[in-house]
Formats: sequence, structure tokens, C-alpha cells
Amino acid sequence: MPTQTASRTSARPARPVRDGVGLGLAVGVSGVAFGAAAVSSGLSTWQACALSLLAFTGASQFALAGVVAAGGSLLAGTAGAILLGSRNTLYGLRLAEVLRPRGPRRLLAAIGVIDETTAMTLAQPDPGAGRRAFTATFSVLYLTWNLATLAGAIGAGRVGSPQAFGLDVVGPAAFLALIFPRLRAGRTERLVALAGAGIAMTTTAVLPVGVPVILAAVAALAGSLARPTAGAAETTAADPAAGTPQ
Amino acid sequence: MTATWIAVLVTAAGCYCLKLAGLTVPQRLLANQRVRRFAELVPVALLAALSAVQSATSGQAIELDPARLAGVGAALVALLLRAPFLLVIVVAAGTAAALRAVGVS
Repeated sequence: MPTQTASRTSARPARPVRDGVGLGLAVGVSGVAFGAAAVSSGLSTWQACALSLLAFTGASQFALAGVVAAGGSLLAGTAGAILLGSRNTLYGLRLAEVLRPRGPRRLLAAIGVIDETTAMTLAQPDPGAGRRAFTATFSVLYLTWNLATLAGAIGAGRVGSPQAFGLDVVGPAAFLALIFPRLRAGRTERLVALAGAGIAMTTTAVLPVGVPVILAAVAALAGSLARPTAGAAETTAADPAAGTPQ
Repeated sequence: MTATWIAVLVTAAGCYCLKLAGLTVPQRLLANQRVRRFAELVPVALLAALSAVQSATSGQAIELDPARLAGVGAALVALLLRAPFLLVIVVAAGTAAALRAVGVS
């Protein structure tokens, strides 16, 4: 993450906002890939836009579109997409400590509880910077993602394949970049990542689309039962994405 | 209303409720060391799985697209060189796009 290189000696309030805006723009643009993929899967432009506006969690959106494209059961597709969104509950638990949202703000903030906002918020050195990072990342990413979805949905079939621009690599590369700081955090994290990827790949051929990724949570369960190595618990509890705080 | 619209709206409602639940449930849930550790590791496992699946499968089939794999590989190299997030994404997409432009598919 960009924040890893942030100077910790001087307080630079612009930093969480700048990084958040940058991340929001970069990831939001990949909404083009979703819009295009959704429409070529058989969803209408408005269905693609409704998912981006209301679900606003890329992996679940892609999962549902994938099942529609494969002609799979809509019930399984919906269940898979929602289960995939369950990691956001866990993100919400972590974010609530930093954001402490109340009333209507909580209802609004909930929309923004996703991979990127969580990583960016928890990477900040203090709660104030965390809140600024969340607001910046969420607002820019939400706007960009939705505009890009619309553009991708309308443009699908007109500007050729999004693959020509390498947009199909944006997802896997972004996911890799998001977990990379955590992989540096400890051996358990690396084993859990490898096991999760292994579980998903080996079950892809036999399970409905979307389910293998959910099954990967078994790796996290196993990892959480493992005896913590000395010192590891402290580092990761602070925040995996933040490097070492002070 | 078509079945697809129902699937879209139920997915959206479900995803929103799951997000809101995380912001709403009591914080003391995270006081439990095991729960906390699980909450930290779930994204690691799921995002690694997503990255792998999106890199090398299509539907239920393993699909080794050389340009896509090269793009993900380039992202990995960029990450090992501690490149910032934006650069990692640009390098990954750029690598795949460039390879496809010269005929690798």
C-alpha cells in the first residue's frame, strides 16, 4: 500500500486523503470491467448499475455476473454472492473501532465497508487519519466505480473487449496488492493465503462458481486455531496492513 | 419483475445488511483472541483465493491465459520491489495489454 512508505515522523494530514483518492480512482476505474462483464453476462445495463449502487462490493458483483453468464442457478448465484460479502461483516467489526459511526452516519458508512476502504483506513497511524482515509477512499471509489460501471455497461460490445486493455488483470492484481502487506506480517498469513488459494483452485472444477472462494475461509479458521508464534499476535493485532506502528 | 432482478436486489440487500451488521454488533466480540484472529485471517484467505481463481480459471475450468498470468506475475514482481498500489495495477494491466497487442492471447 502507498501508506506503507508514509513518513511517520511528521503528521501530514493530506496523506490519508491523497492515498485514499488515488486508491479510489485506481480501483474505481475497474468498474468498467464489471459493467462490461455484467452486460456480456446477460445482465441489463440497469441491473449492472443497481448492483454497483446498492451492493457495492466488487467480488460479489462479479460472482453474481459470473453465475448468470454460466447459466447457473440464480439461487446459488445469489447465495454465493452474499456469502462472499460476509467478509465485509468482519471488516465492519474492525472499522467500527476506528470510525465509531452513530445513527444515520452508520447507515451511510455501511455502504462503504469493503476491501479497499478497510485496508486504507486500518493502514493509518491514528483514528483521525483513519476516518479521513475512509471518507476519501469511500466517496471517490463509490463515485468512480458507479460511473465506470455505467460506462462499461454502455460501452460493452462497442469499444471491443476490456481484455485488450488488460482490465481482466486489475481484479487479481488488486487483490494480490491488498493482501501483500499482510503476507509480510507473518508465516501464518502466508500459509493461510496459500491454503486459501489452493482450496479454491482444487475445488473450482467440482463446485458451483463462487463457492470455492467461500470455502477458502476454512484456511482462515485453521490459521486462527494455530498456536500464535511469539510476537506475531501483537503485530497483526495492531494492523496487518500498517506495517509496524511506532 | 424478472428472476434476474430479484437476484440482483436480494444480493444487494444481503451485501448491505452484512456490512451494516459488522458496524453494529458489539465490539466485545473482537475481544476474543480467536475471533479476532479469524477476522484478520478471513480476508487473507478469501482475497488469495479470489486472486488465484480470477487469475487462472474461467467458470468451472482451469484457464491458463498467458497474458493474464504474465500480468499477475508482473504485479507480484512490482509488489516485491515495493511499488505503490497504483503502479502495481498499471504494470499488471499494461503487461497483459501489451502482450495481447503483440498477439499473445
